[in-house]
Amino acid sequence: MSATPPLPPAGAPPALDTDMPAPGVRAVQAFVSTDLLPPQPAPREEARPYTLSRLFGRVLLGVWLAVFVGLGMLIVGGFDPEKFQRYGPGYISGLGVTLGLVSTSIVLGALLSLPVALGRMSKNKVANWIAYVYVYFFRGTPVIMQLFLIYYGLGSFRPQLTEIGLWWFFREAWYCALLTFVLNTAAYQAEILRGAIESVPRGQREGAASLGLSQRVAFFKIILPQAMIVALRPYGNEIILMIKASAIVAIVTVFDLMGETRRAFSRTFDYQTYLWAAIFYLIMVEALRNLWVWLENRLTRHLKR
Amino acid sequence: MSEILRRELALPPFLFDKRRHKNEALIKKRLEGTDQTMSAIMAALSSAVSWLGATLDPWCGPIGIFRLLAGNTLLACGDAGWGDEIGYGFLITASLAIATLPVGLALGFCVALGKQSSEKSLRLSSDIYTTIFRGLPELLTLFIVYYGLQIVVQQVLASVGYSGPVEINAFFAGIVALGVVFSAYCSEVLQSAFKAIPRGQYEAGDALGFSRGKTMRLIVLPQLFRIALPGLGNLWMALLKDTALVSVIGLPDILRQTGVAARVTKQAFEFFGLACILFLLLAAASSVVFSALERWAHRSEVAR
Repeated sequence: MSATPPLPPAGAPPALDTDMPAPGVRAVQAFVSTDLLPPQPAPREEARPYTLSRLFGRVLLGVWLAVFVGLGMLIVGGFDPEKFQRYGPGYISGLGVTLGLVSTSIVLGALLSLPVALGRMSKNKVANWIAYVYVYFFRGTPVIMQLFLIYYGLGSFRPQLTEIGLWWFFREAWYCALLTFVLNTAAYQAEILRGAIESVPRGQREGAASLGLSQRVAFFKIILPQAMIVALRPYGNEIILMIKASAIVAIVTVFDLMGETRRAFSRTFDYQTYLWAAIFYLIMVEALRNLWVWLENRLTRHLKR
Repeated sequence: MSEILRRELALPPFLFDKRRHKNEALIKKRLEGTDQTMSAIMAALSSAVSWLGATLDPWCGPIGIFRLLAGNTLLACGDAGWGDEIGYGFLITASLAIATLPVGLALGFCVALGKQSSEKSLRLSSDIYTTIFRGLPELLTLFIVYYGLQIVVQQVLASVGYSGPVEINAFFAGIVALGVVFSAYCSEVLQSAFKAIPRGQYEAGDALGFSRGKTMRLIVLPQLFRIALPGLGNLWMALLKDTALVSVIGLPDILRQTGVAARVTKQAFEFFGLACILFLLLAAASSVVFSALERWAHRSEVAR
């Protein structure tokens, strides 16, 4: 509790004795106080007022709790080992079908998205226009409609398809669903890719050129890695959207997770079949989302300060 | 099982809907019981409305597209073709999306407010909401809402003493399910828009002596709208596409009507292609509206 005397500014002439204490016993006696203040109690914690919003938040949490407990009791109370044995394996195989369909279509769609993105960025008017129409069509119409167009629509050209030997492909609902999803996700991924590549500043390309790197090397070693970091998050969203959209293949008799659910529901009229499916879908989406957060943190750690 | 038969069976179950007729009979019975004058007024009103709708109908009205262009093809209006059915489906799709929008926006705004509240419990419950409804497939949400509502209503009615079959209106179930999904995404968009508004704007409201509601209405909301508009435009497009799913629970929208036409005429490719074109039309129309809205929202910046 003692005030330290201010130091004289550097280079200033020595202060006079009148307002600055000279080093010595006299000064110490004058400036050090010997009696300390008694220790003070800690300031009282400010009581948070019980606001309306807190009441509201508690009520909402209570509602959620009630909903979860209710659904849990529905599941536990209505649990039927016989049903579980009959339909449980179906759910697992349906999960496999969903994951297989989504992963295959994401990979094939990524391959197809390359030429589409190049077309969108090219200076050739025809290629540009074709890619634009493709992307506009597949992004502007619902997936379910594209699926119907391919499965029922192309399926109605059976004689012609048999003639050119493609009927085996369009006969199977799974192949039709795969084709739809590949075409659909390629349109979305092309836009992601294009946006990411165009987000890399011009200077990067010019820097590569000034280093004497060829166009190819510059693209693969400089542009693409930076674009991929930008594209990472949209790609994750696209995969999640695909998982969610894949549920509609159940309508055209593919027995994916949703298809198995509908089959189980149509035989048992048990509401909890849908709750099981919801749990599976939520786990899938949340796992993927957390994986993506981790991936993003890992891949961009050189950009953190 | 033969290939064709399998394909027929695979068509959505909404094509075999018997319950509707029962409903129509019920409605007729109820109408007979009502007051005569009341029903006369209602009849006059409804005929006026239907006359107005028929004249302004873009598909089968006097200057409708199908009326002018389809001629005697499969798309002719009336009993000869499918023009009027598909036009009706178009109307249903558009009105479902338009009816869902305010529900989803209001709900999403409340959830966004909860998310940026200082209250932990409020934040947690809003986060649970978005996690669930962004994680579930829209189709599954639709089924859960449709059958769940049915069960809930049945339970409630059973406790009152009524034990008949209960059927939830597909349009209403569609509004609830799509509105919930829309609001989950909308809350994210609005939350990031809220973050883009500096604290100083709220402090300015305090300095002017505004109440919290007035600050929100006069200062924050106009800016919020401008910032969130592009995101909301994307969500509207997604909503428009999701309406096609409601045909699965029996709403006679574009997809269902073209599906019926495709089944009867065996020309699936043409009809589903037409459905796609109608959706592209809706998408194009909404992008025109949204770019006009965006110009309007940014008009102050243009003037500067």
